Amino acid sequence: MVGIVIVSHSWKIAEGVCDLAREMAQGFEGLIPAGGLEDGSIGTDAQRIADAIVEADSGDGVVIIADIGSSIMSAETAIELLEDEERGINAVIADAPIVEGAICAVVEASGGGSLDVVLSVAEESREANKL
Amino acid sequence: MASGIYECLSKISEKITANKDFLTELDREIGDSDHGINMARGFAAVMEKLSPDESDIGAVLKKTGMTLLSKVGGASGPLYGTAYMEAGKVMAGKVEAAPEDFNAIFDAAIAGIQKRGKAVKGEKTMLDAIIPAKETYAKKISDGANIVEALEAACKSAREGVEYTKTIIATKGRASYLGERSIGHQDPGATSSTLTLEAILDYMKSK
Repeated sequence: MVGIVIVSHSWKIAEGVCDLAREMAQGFEGLIPAGGLEDGSIGTDAQRIADAIVEADSGDGVVIIADIGSSIMSAETAIELLEDEERGINAVIADAPIVEGAICAVVEASGGGSLDVVLSVAEESREANKL
Repeated sequence: MASGIYECLSKISEKITANKDFLTELDREIGDSDHGINMARGFAAVMEKLSPDESDIGAVLKKTGMTLLSKVGGASGPLYGTAYMEAGKVMAGKVEAAPEDFNAIFDAAIAGIQKRGKAVKGEKTMLDAIIPAKETYAKKISDGANIVEALEAACKSAREGVEYTKTIIATKGRASYLGERSIGHQDPGATSSTLTLEAILDYMKSK
């Protein structure tokens, strides 16, 4: 199954998005938060994200959904760290809003969707109108 | 043989930490008020990880980069982290830095920052200090200057680069939200890059 990593500057946001998304796909285990720094302060940590990618991966790849600013740069760095280690994990970053993207991705991944499909479903969540 | 890389990084850490409030104040004006705090936190973690008897310059730079990636928190974490890691690759196994090694370090660090930040010169970033510094350094060395003379000239170019960032609009990062209002403010990343070069110069002079 495709894994999903939620990256936020805030530990609480990453955990909270995962809590919410898990409600939509009970029993899905490949959803891993990577929020804040190790000591709980606000920020992003490429090593923490890399560890979360390894944990989320079950062989079918990982979609990363991130919040703003350095989240994307740290996620890109994390992917390169894993490439340097030649871990053979196919990880991609979704250009998607963090809450909507996470929910759509988790539902798709828990249904057995492929990496490409989970990625595109997450990215399509950008287009959803709320009103 | 001790390479002095620990002492050199100590100088950088001291300089960044001494300028923590200044860097944060610059970032308060056009960013999110955390550059000094983040960089000082990152270098405190670096100095905790390093030991004075490590002499492989490449290994120490790599460890520095890895630590900055994790401990800085803001965009300067992946930017400086990648710069140090790329510099570490070109210095792998070396215990001494020759004049041309600094050229390779500059090139690798700049390529790393550009890869990570997708920025070019003239966007009010650290590149506006580092690229002119690198060009000056390379020219001085090819003209026959020694490392200290070339780094002195490079630091001057970096300081001029910082002044130049006051005159241009930010198009990358948080400061880009300000558009024309970013004019008049010097870039915090260009400033911390210049402080880094000045610390390296201080170290080379003390050798």
